Amino acid sequence: MDKVLTRARANAVPDYVERWFAGKGWELRDYQRKMVEAFGKRRSTLLVAPTGGGKTLSGFLPSLIDIHETRAKGLHTLYISPLKALANDIERNLHRPIEEMGLSVTVESRTGDTPAGKRKRQRERPPNILLTTPESIMLMLSFPDARKLFANVRSVIVDEVHSFAPTKRGDFTALALARLAEFAPDHIRFGLSATAAHPENLAAWLGFAGRPATLLKAGLNAKPNIRIMRARKVMPYGGFLSQYAVPDIYDAIRATRSCIVFVNTRAQAEMLMQMLWTVNDDSLPITVYHGSLNREQRRRTEAMMAAGKLRAVVATAALELGIDWGDVDLVIQVGAPKGVSRLLQRIGRSNHRMDVPSEALLVPSNRFESLECQAAMNAIARGVLDGDEPVDGSQDVVIQYIVNCACGESIHPDEIFAEVTGTVPYKMLAREDFDRLFRFAVNGGTVLSNYERYLRLRPVEDGRYVAATNMVRRRHRMNIGVIVEAARLKVMKLNKTGKTGRILGEVEEGFAQGLTPGDTFMFAGELLSFARIRDLVVEARPATGGGEPKIPAYAGGNMPLSTFLADGVRHVLSTPSSWRKLPAETREWLRLQQDFSIIPPEDTLLIEHFPRGRLFHTVFYTFEGRLAGQTLGLLLTRRMERQGFKPVSFTVTDYGLAIATLETIPEEEAKALLSPDILGDDLEEWIMDAAMLRRSFRHVAIVAGLAEQQHVGQRSTVRQLTVNTNLIYDVLRRHEPDHILLTVARRDAERELLDLKRLSDMLLRFQGRLLYHGLDRASPLAIPVLTEVRTEQVRGAGVEALLAQASLALDAEQMIEDVRAALA
Amino acid sequence: MLPSPRPSPCQTQIETVFAGRTIVLDACGALFLADDDILVVSDLHLEKGSYFAARGNPIPRHDTRDTLMRLAAAVDCYRPRLVICLGDSFHDVRAGERIARADAALLADIVASVADWVWLRGNHDPDIAPGFRGRVADAHIAGPVNFCHRPEDGLPPLIAGHYHPKRRMRLVGQHISAPCFVLSRDRLLMPAFGAYAGGLSTNDEAIAGLFADQPCQHVLIYRNKLWAFAQT
Repeated sequence: MDKVLTRARANAVPDYVERWFAGKGWELRDYQRKMVEAFGKRRSTLLVAPTGGGKTLSGFLPSLIDIHETRAKGLHTLYISPLKALANDIERNLHRPIEEMGLSVTVESRTGDTPAGKRKRQRERPPNILLTTPESIMLMLSFPDARKLFANVRSVIVDEVHSFAPTKRGDFTALALARLAEFAPDHIRFGLSATAAHPENLAAWLGFAGRPATLLKAGLNAKPNIRIMRARKVMPYGGFLSQYAVPDIYDAIRATRSCIVFVNTRAQAEMLMQMLWTVNDDSLPITVYHGSLNREQRRRTEAMMAAGKLRAVVATAALELGIDWGDVDLVIQVGAPKGVSRLLQRIGRSNHRMDVPSEALLVPSNRFESLECQAAMNAIARGVLDGDEPVDGSQDVVIQYIVNCACGESIHPDEIFAEVTGTVPYKMLAREDFDRLFRFAVNGGTVLSNYERYLRLRPVEDGRYVAATNMVRRRHRMNIGVIVEAARLKVMKLNKTGKTGRILGEVEEGFAQGLTPGDTFMFAGELLSFARIRDLVVEARPATGGGEPKIPAYAGGNMPLSTFLADGVRHVLSTPSSWRKLPAETREWLRLQQDFSIIPPEDTLLIEHFPRGRLFHTVFYTFEGRLAGQTLGLLLTRRMERQGFKPVSFTVTDYGLAIATLETIPEEEAKALLSPDILGDDLEEWIMDAAMLRRSFRHVAIVAGLAEQQHVGQRSTVRQLTVNTNLIYDVLRRHEPDHILLTVARRDAERELLDLKRLSDMLLRFQGRLLYHGLDRASPLAIPVLTEVRTEQVRGAGVEALLAQASLALDAEQMIEDVRAALA
Repeated sequence: MLPSPRPSPCQTQIETVFAGRTIVLDACGALFLADDDILVVSDLHLEKGSYFAARGNPIPRHDTRDTLMRLAAAVDCYRPRLVICLGDSFHDVRAGERIARADAALLADIVASVADWVWLRGNHDPDIAPGFRGRVADAHIAGPVNFCHRPEDGLPPLIAGHYHPKRRMRLVGQHISAPCFVLSRDRLLMPAFGAYAGGLSTNDEAIAGLFADQPCQHVLIYRNKLWAFAQT
């Protein structure tokens, strides 16, 4: 009886909530009311709403009311955020309505940063609302008391659903949700998402086994005002620095109260920050924000921004998600936007009032990027978005999930199979494949003898399994998650004593190892001079004097152009009548290309070939996006290697592919290279040998528990505990080529790195429509491709030729030495 | 004067002179002392895979088989009078309990096919697994050359292992990383022979320090071929 009454009441919004909103001068929005209703009707719901307008509160409101009304004890609502910082911020932000409405609701956050003592206490006496991350949830699910802990959960809120759904981390989160559904039978799911191209896919992902969540769309934002920056200096042909526009960016910052300057990588953020600093004659408060900076520093920046004390923040994607940031009145995107949805999300960080258009300024780094900016603006004007198609989930995540389940209690393969295939990413997973994954989780899938002593999961009665030892549990819990990052070292800015100092953040190990004492580099907006590496800390002094800094070469933050936008670029390029919208220098560049070589018509594929330095370059203008370009590059270099052109490296951009060879490639040969049979044996042969498959294998090996996640601070010991995945890969290929992890790595590589379908479509489409231009130097169109910094290496005859050259240089020196010795 | 290594046409072997002896560096990671008829391998780390597997790591355990097959091929190729394993032949003292019967038999066959076999003790295997033929020692001397596990534990001219040297090289537009021999006038560091033995950068103080007082060469093993370079 009581329960029925409560439910009826819960469908309506209580007075104290209405009063609180009124007291703030706000009005309860229609969709906020609908969320309260959905909670009462136990209806899982995906709320798609633009940034701003109280989306997050809409998710929590029903829980706040229900907890208060029912005097709920224990854990009632779980909030899952992709970012730790977001969980922490929401904790702060929820306290205000709870206090002001006088609700009896407890809220706490729990992430990897939460102290161990507090985490233990949270498992014994949980708050009503727990704010956390997918990794933390998965960890909690691995404890024997999980069933009890989650038993009375009524609502699970997944924030920023669009950022999860089509990724490996999304697969991971989907499985965590599936396990939660087992432990907490009475909960519903609320998802919060930014505007997305295919919200119905997200609703399906969020729903329980085969039943999509109800889709609730809130009103659309007014269309943003977007312009391409007209800088005083000339836009360069290549490069990614946007240095030319720095004075204009600075002027734009000066003309606003508060703005966010988005860039695409951390290194770009550091460089732009440095460049802005040199023109900051008014000493405006400008700072930098990215994922490598230490937490305290990020916190300070967030607080200052929220308090309106900063004029500009130079930021990476780390700022794309999250809570409101005070009154940002302009977003500047420096560098190519890479995707329409992403650009909109970034632009949405300004002006959180839904009825007033956001203001945005695009600053292309080079002329190719200005085409991309224009294509993105065209798409936004037409109201179309790019979106990822759903793909089958990654199987290494399933292995981790199986072990996770078996750490908490005994599991039966049938039950786990049902849980896994109840999720959208794994609904197509065949039982046979699952059984292989299960066997791998049990004993490494080994066919070797005496495997009993190497069990991860131990059989118990009734075909059930549990984690074999506490060591297995401990090891698994240390390595939960699917985010595999390169090893990083802390950066310490030494104080005057030279002995100690302040930790500024982290750089990747590879970068740190490339430094020699005295080298300067930009970090956290400061120019530092490298002193040494001690105890896994990069020690550096503030640099004095000038000199070009070496810039942190972060691997993180590269973003591929969406294929949708790549098509837009191709269209703009091949339609001269549309060029009038482009910046003057872009038009000039395209005309230069017209005169010097040719503008590829939409139905042809242009190949340009020219010498440059010691190498020859062949540029294929594919416009099929980075993934297909990369695959083509790998296949072509293989073919070139066999034909004796000695490829050395290739560069992929979203627009084209440039391959450097030691030998020249004539027209007929160049065209023949693109014959579609390249997708036959070549692909098969190449694929198992490619460096990228090793990368993919490393990732899979870590997720499947074969190698350890590297955690800063414990790395030196961890290293000794891990076998290099490259060595494992080689041994597996020689001795067990059908090993499940090789299969999974290959599938991942196909999914994440190959884009085969698109590539084969392209090769067929351009059969007989290839245009070859032999030139004596790089064409205007080729320059942005050649100056792309990311290159894929070719490990074959080309490398051997280079090794031979270097080796010969030694021989020459040796011979001279011999002569000198003879004369002495 | 350090003699220049002369790559053979196939580059799978390099013949040079060390401490007055003719030596052959082999791309399989072994070293052959032609004058003394001795084959040297180092840091086999047998049963490293099962060491991890026993701790709950689902690592594939083919490493011992792989290492032994390559060792058998090397022994078959040079047919030496003596094989010296420069220590850390077994990843840990209990490796002998874990080794699969077939692998143990293969190892016994390899040892039996050679007249003389010396197991030097390493930090990983202070006790050599019982049941395998061969002499066990801390060091070995052949002519002028000292053999020991750690290069710090013997007087030059010496041939040692322990550090698993590996060199990173920057080439045009890319870098590679490969295990290598490091050799100077009177010191020679062997690459690790074991399939799961990783590597330590030749730039690391531990290795660079050994060669601070004399020029040295790095002979890289890359794609089953040898490449000789001066120290950077």
